[in-house]
Amino acid sequence: MAMPTLSPDWPGGFWAHWGIFVVIILVFVMAMVMGFIWFERRAIAIMQARLGPNRVGPFGFLQPVADAIKVLLKEDIIPAAGDKWVHWLAPVVAFVPVLMVFAVVPFADGALLADLNIGILYVVAVSSISVVGIFMAGWASNNKYSLLGAMRQVASVVSYEIPVVLSIMGVVLLAGSLSMQQIVLAQDIPFILLQPLGFLLFFIGACAEINRAPFDLMEADSEIVAGFHTEYSGMKFALFYLVEYGEALAISAIVTTLFLGGWRGPVLPPWLWFLVKVGLVFFAIVWIRTTVPRVRIDQLMALAWKFLFPLALLNLLITAVEILVFPAVSLWVLVLINIAIMVVLVILWSKLFKLGWGRVEV
Amino acid sequence: MKFERYGIGIAKGLSVTLRHLLRRPVTTQYPEQRLVTSRRIRGNELVWDREKCTGCATCAKSCPQGTIQIVTSVSAEENKYVVEKFEVDTGYCIFCGLCVEACPYEALFMGYAYERARYRRSELVLAKEDLLASEERKPSGYFRPKIEVTLPRQTLLLDRDRARR
Amino acid sequence: MIIKTEPFVVNIGPVHPSTHGVFRMRATLDGEVIVDLEPVFGYLHRGVEKLAEERTYTGVIPLTDRLDYLASMSNNLAYCLAVEKLAGIPVPERAQYLRVIMAELQRIASHLIAVGAFLNDCGAFMTPILYMIREREKILDLFEMVSGQRLTYNYMRVGGVSHDIPDEFLPALKKFVDRMPAFIDEYDQLLRENEILLARAKGVGILPKELAINISAGGPVLRGSGVRWDIRQADPYSIYDRFKFDIPTGSVGDCYDRYRVRVEEMRQSVRILKQALEQLPSGEVRSEVPHLIHPPVGEAYGHIEAPKGELGFYLVSDNSISPYRFHIRAPSLINLTALKEMMVGWKVADAIIIFGSIDICMGEVDR
Repeated sequence: MAMPTLSPDWPGGFWAHWGIFVVIILVFVMAMVMGFIWFERRAIAIMQARLGPNRVGPFGFLQPVADAIKVLLKEDIIPAAGDKWVHWLAPVVAFVPVLMVFAVVPFADGALLADLNIGILYVVAVSSISVVGIFMAGWASNNKYSLLGAMRQVASVVSYEIPVVLSIMGVVLLAGSLSMQQIVLAQDIPFILLQPLGFLLFFIGACAEINRAPFDLMEADSEIVAGFHTEYSGMKFALFYLVEYGEALAISAIVTTLFLGGWRGPVLPPWLWFLVKVGLVFFAIVWIRTTVPRVRIDQLMALAWKFLFPLALLNLLITAVEILVFPAVSLWVLVLINIAIMVVLVILWSKLFKLGWGRVEV
Repeated sequence: MKFERYGIGIAKGLSVTLRHLLRRPVTTQYPEQRLVTSRRIRGNELVWDREKCTGCATCAKSCPQGTIQIVTSVSAEENKYVVEKFEVDTGYCIFCGLCVEACPYEALFMGYAYERARYRRSELVLAKEDLLASEERKPSGYFRPKIEVTLPRQTLLLDRDRARR
Repeated sequence: MIIKTEPFVVNIGPVHPSTHGVFRMRATLDGEVIVDLEPVFGYLHRGVEKLAEERTYTGVIPLTDRLDYLASMSNNLAYCLAVEKLAGIPVPERAQYLRVIMAELQRIASHLIAVGAFLNDCGAFMTPILYMIREREKILDLFEMVSGQRLTYNYMRVGGVSHDIPDEFLPALKKFVDRMPAFIDEYDQLLRENEILLARAKGVGILPKELAINISAGGPVLRGSGVRWDIRQADPYSIYDRFKFDIPTGSVGDCYDRYRVRVEEMRQSVRILKQALEQLPSGEVRSEVPHLIHPPVGEAYGHIEAPKGELGFYLVSDNSISPYRFHIRAPSLINLTALKEMMVGWKVADAIIIFGSIDICMGEVDR
């Protein structure tokens, strides 16, 4: 077994590189998640004509810290008839894949933990493990509403994986490689312009997978109780909360890398561009959460299978045709063609598409 | 149901929320900033004027809840009732102001202050001396036009907020 | 092999996820679909009808404030109309105009909360209800300026209103009336054409026209089903025959129609306010009424178009200072009669929306 080789830029051996990046990723994820919690509460508040938290620290910066301390001091309750080990293991299984996704996200040119040549496939595979953790949480709570909520979550994640993966395939076809570093390097024009339909599908599908509005029916009050994390309190609940924001951070990072050009940009240092773009994508997610109402569960499934899935297939087909048949055409012409195709397809599908059931005869 | 408006409806809603980012929030930070209440506020207490009160008990008769208790005795020298007990149970009072309206001698006023919480229910029962006017217990202008003109004007949210900035 | 399923009974409430008070629904669910529904209420019963028999006619007015606590001025108005009909007491002109102004402002305030709570139940994360509460705060500031309180005003009296408005009321009301249409347009832009709202509320919870008339529904619930009936034009009370306004009606009777009817009614109320501001005369605001009213023996029924429907008070008097019998015809309770027919066949998430679109206030339902 040979030692894995390293790109010649990094000083120290393989283990020094690994150690530095593990620390960077952990600090980045924890700090950004806390920053996101603060940012979301302030942004939603100002969009609702009120102030957010502003008592703890200047502008309320320390509010997530106060929340974390409060949550750590709470009593840890385990349902008596539930499965104790599964109950304990579920938040861990849900949280660790979120951290593992960041191993292949490039923060700057060549600055990532491991430049796998199957980068984006690794991301898709690992992020599906979180769902197992959520299902374990619903099962171990010994509560039929939790189980119902968890099963719905599994159904929705599985349904939305397909359009997400197909829209990623479009990007991969354009870049010619699965490695995240190569995808960023191939974006002379950011792929959001070359693949507008793919960006839309990926964004909607990703919001549905991470349970953010308008698809947050698993954790909101339209069901009778709070879904799969009803029976959790204390640090385990905090881990589920971290999972939600960590996944939002992971999705923002992946959208930035795949569609917005990662760390590329003219004047500022690369890691600063990365942070700015991640912040912009997260702002878009928060903005949509503030404005849009929630969909119902059958409308959610209908949206995935009848609207996003055919559009994702068509997107892949058109991208493949463009690459094979017109390789020499200038990229800017392709941008215009793709935007026109996206508008036509969205309008066409909106007319043909019927969401959800109506009333059931009893 | 069809996806009727091709996403334009969602885009319009998003523009409204985005516009709010540029507007000043309308929150008042409470203990540090306070708004001036109405001049006719029916605040959480009653204020009694001992000189003007004749003990006629019209207020007690017009109270729907029966919270005012008055006991008077006859005084030979002054040819008017001596009010021995004038007690209001502000825990039971609904602050409707009918007693203030009914008083023919303008001897009873609603309070102007509204931060009158107490830790014990027994402290809410106000006897004769507790009901007198003082610096903290100012009378409000409800149904008393002479006091109403001396009080400051109310802050209105209308003056602080507009639709298009 | 066919899996045997059986329906199970689930309690929705009384501690409700949405903001409508203590109301319990026992729903029989088959999977996700509601097959049977039984409403259980009475958690807020305070015995108002009995309490009124021990108070004078003027002392009942603070009690009526607390029935539909989101629309106190309307309750006061209906009660004063009933007593004036019973005792034959005239009301001066300026008092009539002031009553109309207060009632229409109260209608806007109540509809703001109703629409906001409905959109909140649809899942829009508090944004619409917070915007509408901001507008409602402006109306409550106006009411505070006049009567001294923000929720239970106790402003109307038998024979007029309790006292005259201060001088800064009219300029502030004019400012409000000029700016309100822009805010209503802003709410429309926020959520009227939103696809997700259309998908969730259109066609959901249909109340057919015949059923609405048969259960004697009122207010936006009746008008949403296509019946053009408004007491302000069908049986005008106070001076409503002097104002010109339209009656918005829906066509199908689903939740979306009731929501649109309420928003359009807010616009019509602004129109009435503009006309009342121009026509407001001067004069006295309260006719000479004895301190303790002794109406002649008889009965009277005074009804108005409250924001939630037809609110009526039935009074029987036996020539003493208290009413002999005081009965309240609460619109929310009557509108709830067809709850089962509206909800059967829909899912639990729809049940919350349908319930929010009827717009009840538990103070009225339970009295």
